[in-house]
Amino acid sequence: MRALDLLGFSVRALRGHRLRTAMSLLGVAIGVAAVVTLTALGEGARRYVLGQFAAVGTNMVIVLPGKTQTTGAMPGMGGVPNDVTLDDALAVARGVRQVEKMAPMVVGTETVAFGERRRQVALFGSSHEALEVRRLSIAQGRFLPPFPWDRGAAVAVLGSNLARELFPGTDPVGQVVRVGDWRMRVIGVLAPRGQQLGIDMDEVVVVPVATAMKMLNRSGLFRLVIQVRSHAELESAKAAVLRLLTERHGEEDVTVITQDAVVSAFSAILDALTMALAGIAAVSLAVAGVGIMNVMLVSVSERTREVGLLKALGAGRGQILAAFLTEAILISSAGGLLGLLLGWAAIGAIVTVYPALPAAPPAWAVAAALALSVAVGALFGVLPARRATRLDPVHALAGR
Amino acid sequence: MIRLSGVSRRYAVGDETVHALVDVSETIESGEYLAIMGPSGSGKSTLLHVLGCLDRPDAGSYELDGRDVARLDEAELSLVRRHTIGFVFQFFHLVPRLSARENVELPMLFAGTPPAERRERALARLRAVGLEPRAAHRPDQLSGGERQRVALARATVLDPKLLLADEPTGNLDTASGRHVLEILEQMNAAGLTLIVVTHDPAVARRARRVLVLKDGRVVYRGSGAQIHEAVEILSAAENGA
Repeated sequence: MRALDLLGFSVRALRGHRLRTAMSLLGVAIGVAAVVTLTALGEGARRYVLGQFAAVGTNMVIVLPGKTQTTGAMPGMGGVPNDVTLDDALAVARGVRQVEKMAPMVVGTETVAFGERRRQVALFGSSHEALEVRRLSIAQGRFLPPFPWDRGAAVAVLGSNLARELFPGTDPVGQVVRVGDWRMRVIGVLAPRGQQLGIDMDEVVVVPVATAMKMLNRSGLFRLVIQVRSHAELESAKAAVLRLLTERHGEEDVTVITQDAVVSAFSAILDALTMALAGIAAVSLAVAGVGIMNVMLVSVSERTREVGLLKALGAGRGQILAAFLTEAILISSAGGLLGLLLGWAAIGAIVTVYPALPAAPPAWAVAAALALSVAVGALFGVLPARRATRLDPVHALAGR
Repeated sequence: MIRLSGVSRRYAVGDETVHALVDVSETIESGEYLAIMGPSGSGKSTLLHVLGCLDRPDAGSYELDGRDVARLDEAELSLVRRHTIGFVFQFFHLVPRLSARENVELPMLFAGTPPAERRERALARLRAVGLEPRAAHRPDQLSGGERQRVALARATVLDPKLLLADEPTGNLDTASGRHVLEILEQMNAAGLTLIVVTHDPAVARRARRVLVLKDGRVVYRGSGAQIHEAVEILSAAENGA
């Protein structure tokens, strides 16, 4: 029997009961759409998080005050952890040879005002190095000039949105704004950057770190972000920083994390999430398979006489098996294709509503969903098809 | 040529064993025209199914053109059915979703005949039974007589040697029944072995030879011209003698 004839014969048979075919096809389509959409969401979440980290740069070691892990110390003995101070930062810069560049970070909230216009934004205290370390760029003017970290200055760099809102249509560079109780000269405007690790860099005012500490009345840093010379030195840099600060503080009261560890942890968690979502969706495909089996069993018993006739006309068992299996696979693969379309539509809708989420189904999920839908037809079609081949032609012709 | 020797067929129906055929031996020459008669349950349908390789004897041998087909496996049997035997049924058994032409093409579909050749041969067969203009009609658009003629075209499209007809006129009015019989007889005259199962003496009397079965045994052999003898035996059988 020619493949095309087999296909034509099966298509004709399916067209004989359109509604039933359409319903079981829809079952598969929903299953495949679920697989594609859910994995796209999982993948979107992963890309979003990785994108956030990549925006901050790689080869990063981050120091934060406080110890998040339990140590052998007696509870209550450690007390409040020591601040990570500017002196600590300078000591690291001098004492750890793997450091290429580093930027201290202090974060708070302040009101920025120019004339009658005022905006409450994040105050970001840092240094000249932050431009490179945080992957920022300048749209107008310049960034914080390179001068010693412990020296303050009444200069500010504005985020792009903030600059536009305070100075609509005019050049803010050279103007004086009030930041809290301080008067500061605007020396530059950041290029639009968007969210970066939870801070909207378009809605920010950047000032020298020493100034920010004075304004916020802080003695310690929020973070110390270190760019290491090469990826290979990441672990040794982390150990050296920890050793140095432990020595300076007399106890291990800081947490040093590498960007890598954070990224791979997030990546692993989100991969597992994606797989779990795909697994749940695959269950619905199995349910759709049972639906196909049901439809095919009904079809075989309705067409008992036809099967008897085909045998009398000289159809072999293999040909009858192939005819019914083809029907099942046609239903499931057509359902799979429809499911892909539905899935794409759903993803399109999600991306329209949440443009920040780069939701796209991974190629493996699309391939697996299609392969799975064909496999579902073959798997759940075998039982009904075998049933057809085993019909006794004499009884089948009599319709028994 | 067909040679049955000592063919028996039993069924288990519940706890009972039904002897559908008991030690049937018969030789049927090529090109013969044979009618098989008998009351219901006499085994005439079983005999037809055995002859058509749809059923196997439990005992005895069935030689078809020199091959012992009772020993063939399922795959070989389907080839024998496809190329050597044609079937015509009382209820036509056309596939309702396919047109007349496509129904006639079915055996060639399984034989893997290329589409163009298939179409041509199917149309030629339909022309032979006077139905070429209705080739595109579906079975529900055809009369009973036309459906049976489509079935006839289908049964003979792969040029079988043996045509088995199970009550071919049982569902037809007299005129279209006669038309179908005439076509069958034309094919027989052209060399096709024709075996008709019927309970209608008017059909059986046209055959060259008549067998009467009762309780799975051949109880009468005669010529179509002697149909009154067969009818007497039949009515005796049906009256429970």
